[in-house]
Amino acid sequence: MRYLEEFQDPALAQRLLADIRATVTRPWALMEVCGGQTHSIIRHGLDQLLPEEIELIHGPGCPVCVTPLEVIDKALEIAARPGVIFCSFGDMLRVPGSDRDLFQVKSAGGDVRVVYSPLDALRIAQDNPQRQVVFFGIGFETTAPPDAMTVHQASRLGIRNFSLLVSHVRVPPAIMALMESPTCRVQGFLAAGHVCSVMGTAEYPELAERYRVPIVVTGFEPLDILEGVRLAVRQLERGEAKVENAYPRAVREEGNPAARAMIEDVFEVTDRAWRGIGTIPGSGWQLSEKYREFDAERRFSVGGITTVEPAECRSGEVLQGLLKPHECGAFGTVCTPRTPLGATMVSSEGACAAYYLYRRLGTGAPAAAGGSAAVGSREVSSVG
Amino acid sequence: MCLAVPGKVLEIEERDGTRMAVVDFGGVVKDVCLEYLPDLEVGEYAIVHVGFALQKLDEESALRTLELFAEIGALQEEFGDPWVSAAEAAAGGEEQR
Ligand code: SF4
Repeated sequence: MRYLEEFQDPALAQRLLADIRATVTRPWALMEVCGGQTHSIIRHGLDQLLPEEIELIHGPGCPVCVTPLEVIDKALEIAARPGVIFCSFGDMLRVPGSDRDLFQVKSAGGDVRVVYSPLDALRIAQDNPQRQVVFFGIGFETTAPPDAMTVHQASRLGIRNFSLLVSHVRVPPAIMALMESPTCRVQGFLAAGHVCSVMGTAEYPELAERYRVPIVVTGFEPLDILEGVRLAVRQLERGEAKVENAYPRAVREEGNPAARAMIEDVFEVTDRAWRGIGTIPGSGWQLSEKYREFDAERRFSVGGITTVEPAECRSGEVLQGLLKPHECGAFGTVCTPRTPLGATMVSSEGACAAYYLYRRLGTGAPAAAGGSAAVGSREVSSVG
Repeated sequence: MCLAVPGKVLEIEERDGTRMAVVDFGGVVKDVCLEYLPDLEVGEYAIVHVGFALQKLDEESALRTLELFAEIGALQEEFGDPWVSAAEAAAGGEEQR
């Protein structure tokens, strides 16, 4: 079974596109929640292949992008301390803090290590009992179970020199915040498939009903995304607003109960600030009382840091779908992946980096005619 | 990093009281924790994120979805405008390379 290639089949993609074209009668704005989906959409030029009535708004679902500056600064401060081994996923290295990034901390002598899994950080803690090992725990509901399990293991195995700098975020409260905003243009959501692989779909019917908005659980391959769009558009054209699952091979209604139970044991819901957006009530997780001794913020007393965002960076608007990346004055000039002003330019899942990487420097609106879509895609293939 | 990717289980073993697997991601092989999917067996596919298997990939459902996509197109071919479909197919074949 080849789960990847088959869901990239160009002939089937054309069939889905034809069905969407036959269904759509007027303009609709859909938001793909997850940065992984944004990346896939831009990489494959899907936004340019869709009928011009359909606008895809890029959502805030890139954990690297929404991790608040305060937390980055706390990470930098902890990482610079002698005796600390600071472990992180690679895409946090270049995220700009107030005056430096993790990469620079490392160049200045800090022991910063890139790991594939939080369990690798735990192993490093076991191997270095005299050092303090901190793992940078950021991410959505997909990353929460791995981090929860790692803290649970640290506790079970009595590894006391390990701690977690936690900045976990949850999708449903963010959808709520977006829909409550007076500037919101979103009429339908492509919900993040892998978040739902863990959490299931139980949190969404209430939101679909309250905001009269279709929510379609969507995967990441081109066909998955087109199917998400197809189902969302079909609902909108029919005046429906319900939860549908366009990614059944990886998402069951109940999610992963074991992972959810572990999250509930290790974490508790808290208010969380999102970079560029602000504080969203109940949108985060922090360590529960039972595991609080593993909280790096407490262990290193870095509670008091406050910060200011660079004024030129408009990533807040980008993250809310109010602005396309290339409409930012700094895009591609002052701000590039080498010299990022905002986190959306750093992470490969950030909308600004996706636009930069796939050369969406020119006209903003999705291509109107088939001709320009082909041009867009050719540019894409020349890059990738 | 938010990306989770499907991989195939090659081996399963107990390590430090934790169920671990060796998983193949199209040639790249990694250690993966199975604590959240204890029933996963060798030869099966799962969605893996930062070293943890989070959900089993259901082959039957994948095949059903692909069949559905093929049917959708069949209807379009039957009732759609053949010139439009032909133009799209030509453009599409080129674009998707
Ligand atoms: S292009 Fe750079 S400065 Fe502009 S919004 Fe994106 S990250 Fe911020």
